[in-house]
Amino acid sequence: MLGDVFNAQFIASSIRVAIPLALAGLGGVFTEKSGVVNIGLEGMILTGAFTAVAVTNFAKNPWVGVLAAILVGIFLGLIHAITCITFKANQIVSGVAINLFASGITIFFCWLLFGETQIMVKNNLPIWGLSLPNIGEASTLVRNLIVIFAHHSPLVYLTIIIFLLSHIVIYKTPFGLRLRSVGEYPQAADTMGVNIVKMRYIAVLTSGALAGLSGSFLSLEQAHFFVKEMSGGRGFIALAAMIFGKWTPFGTAGAALLFGFGEALSIRLQGVSAVPVQFINMIPYLLAIFVLISAVGRAIPPAASGVPYEKEIV
Amino acid sequence: MPEIALEMKNITKRFPLVVANDKVNFSVYKGEIHALVGENGAGKSTLMSILYGLYQADSGEIFINGKKANISNPNIAIHLKIGMVHQHFMLVPPLTVAENIILGMEPRKNHFFIDMEKAIKKVEELSESMGFKIDPEAKIENVSVGIQQRVEIIKVLFRGAEILIMDEPTAVLTPQEVEELFEILRSLKKQGKTIIFITHKLNEVKDLSDRVTVMRRGQVVGVKNIKDTNQEEIASMMVGRKVIFKVEKKPLNLGKVTLKVEKLEALNNKGLPAVKDISFEIKEGEILGFAGVEGNGQTELVEVITGLRPASSGKIFLNNRDITNDSPRSIREDKIAHIPEDRRRRGIISDYTVAENLILGSHYLSPFNKGLSLNFAVINNHANHLIKIFDIRPSDKDNLLKSLSGGNQQKVIVARELYGEPKLLVAAQPTRGLDVGSIEFVYQQILNERDKGKAILLISADLEEILSLADRIAVIYEGKIVNILDPKKTNEKEIGLLMTGSTKNKELLKVK
Ligand SMILES: Nc1ncnc2c1ncn2[C@@H]1O[C@H](COP(=O)(O)OP(=O)(O)O)[C@@H](O)[C@H]1O
Ligand SMILES: [Mg+2]
Repeated sequence: MLGDVFNAQFIASSIRVAIPLALAGLGGVFTEKSGVVNIGLEGMILTGAFTAVAVTNFAKNPWVGVLAAILVGIFLGLIHAITCITFKANQIVSGVAINLFASGITIFFCWLLFGETQIMVKNNLPIWGLSLPNIGEASTLVRNLIVIFAHHSPLVYLTIIIFLLSHIVIYKTPFGLRLRSVGEYPQAADTMGVNIVKMRYIAVLTSGALAGLSGSFLSLEQAHFFVKEMSGGRGFIALAAMIFGKWTPFGTAGAALLFGFGEALSIRLQGVSAVPVQFINMIPYLLAIFVLISAVGRAIPPAASGVPYEKEIV
Repeated sequence: MPEIALEMKNITKRFPLVVANDKVNFSVYKGEIHALVGENGAGKSTLMSILYGLYQADSGEIFINGKKANISNPNIAIHLKIGMVHQHFMLVPPLTVAENIILGMEPRKNHFFIDMEKAIKKVEELSESMGFKIDPEAKIENVSVGIQQRVEIIKVLFRGAEILIMDEPTAVLTPQEVEELFEILRSLKKQGKTIIFITHKLNEVKDLSDRVTVMRRGQVVGVKNIKDTNQEEIASMMVGRKVIFKVEKKPLNLGKVTLKVEKLEALNNKGLPAVKDISFEIKEGEILGFAGVEGNGQTELVEVITGLRPASSGKIFLNNRDITNDSPRSIREDKIAHIPEDRRRRGIISDYTVAENLILGSHYLSPFNKGLSLNFAVINNHANHLIKIFDIRPSDKDNLLKSLSGGNQQKVIVARELYGEPKLLVAAQPTRGLDVGSIEFVYQQILNERDKGKAILLISADLEEILSLADRIAVIYEGKIVNILDPKKTNEKEIGLLMTGSTKNKELLKVK
């Protein structure tokens, strides 16, 4: 039975399920590294998911849908940035507000535009990579390798590129150095002539873009439909991945894969096991809780994360 | 007439509660070391922050090399070749030395990337030009305060500064580090840099600088050539009256043993032994001073005695009663008072008012507490009373602690801790970062307690302080007491050698 569950298909689906978590978690890395907490990721994913499907169906082109989801994410990021950075409002409250707003506005437009709470995607993204060989054409190993690494949505490859780029940007460029300093000790960065407001805006908008992209993957690729509240706490699990990944891109990717594995497992076990489905659905969330408990104490967030920057207190 | 590097004219800066700079005129010659002195809250940091573009003056003008400058942000100051080393270091702890230095002005390669090799080379060059070595790839959080300060200086030079502002650079340094810093500053002066040096310590003014500007309550009260003045004159300009520098001590009048520590051992935060086999006694009416370079177990020792850190073995007795590993609350109730080393973190809550801070630790006791709520009538009376006795300024019980100067924050702590008539006072670095007036005040309070027959454990990195206050001096090195000395029969040199671990090396004692 174990062989049935843990096969190449399963690993590939773990990767797919991990993508939205990883992208949103990376968004969390950017904002928190700059010193802004963004629990609005959840709402940004949801809005991105809706926008992607709606625009795809209208434009008859999924790429336009993806782009629209990113733009909407950036827009929500802008709202969060204005409230938190310019007006120095409480960052948690702003994030909660974005989440509430997102769940309302997506249902509203869903009804307004489509007259139902679930919309199917009409134009799917293509699959890129090598085509799957038929049984017998290639060895099982080759077939499995293709299933795991080379037969995915373009967004999967894009995500890998985004993670590599993010690592380079954060650790190898002047921008990244400034970003890290702003989230650790903004007063110091200020005295070195780093523009704190600008850095934080860029970081929060980036997180919005990534969360929007995450949402588009969720609806266009993973579910092939949009349904209300479909983000289902992924924004928060993404934050858990960010914490477990110690606020680094690669760490976050690793943690997202772990959570993706948990979620894929819960999907897979639903047909197989005798355990009630409600318990199986808990797997990813329980996993997040256990991981966070074990990470507590070892996880050191950026020192100024969540603290608005006040100039005149030195 | 020497060339003028910078001139600030009629600078005024108001904060909500005070006028921090009141029509200040300040000028510095090219290539000199210019001391800026004044009590805490005199407005020195504010004036320098205006020069560096962190604050904007409400009125007044600044001229750099004779040209009027409008310094609206630090970038402009950097452009004008002005650099500032702040009182609280402006370094990002998880970043490396080199990263901190290049931040905001990163050398690049291929347009997009940081050129780390070039950065590291430049850092090494700059440090060598001042005669020391530094590891550019060490993380700031892992290097000593003295090294951090050097990083700050290199940071400023890296930006091409010709005018260097140092805000109280010696407050956090050991005597050895201070001497090394002075060497660095002298070598910078030789390279033609102009240095503004803020301090309270008047012997430093004498040793290092060419001229001195004295500030008091937001105004400049005088500018002197060092050659034409002396410490007493500068001190009285600073505080507006004559200061007694010699501490007057009454003869020793010992009573019973108050505190007895036996073979005490404790671990530090990293789980390594920090306090090793320490035994001593303090009697009523006696001040036992602990001298030592910071980080040799003093902090942990104090924490164990006050219940903030568990002892791994050994015993602590207060009036013959075992209090080892009691809770901090029960230890406070046993009348051990604590003036903590880290004032901001352990001594006060900076977002609470003066009145609230004055009852911390006894807030749960009657009369401050009546059942479910606090008794604010009593608390306010109590605050007004202590504000008057201890001359806490400004004298408003409703001010938040963070709006007070360091000296006045310390007065709040001293007032609170002494109010309960303690049997034992544990005072850790009680005058760190304080101005002359406040130091005098704290000394007086500590001596009063001694003369009232209290036992006092004094920890200080300032040897002069230990020598003038303590009745016995325990020198601590790597967690052990290396010797207990009679202050009348020793001197700074001997203690200095003991606290750097040179005991066993008798040769060294002779050579020096
Ligand atoms: N950011 C600020 N907001 C309000 N008051 C301040 C601020 N900075 C300094 N002050 C007040 O201005 C006065 C001068 O402070 P400061 O320049 O730091 O003095 P010094 O450096 O000489 O000790 C003090 O009374 C201080 O409380
Ligand atoms: Mg100051």
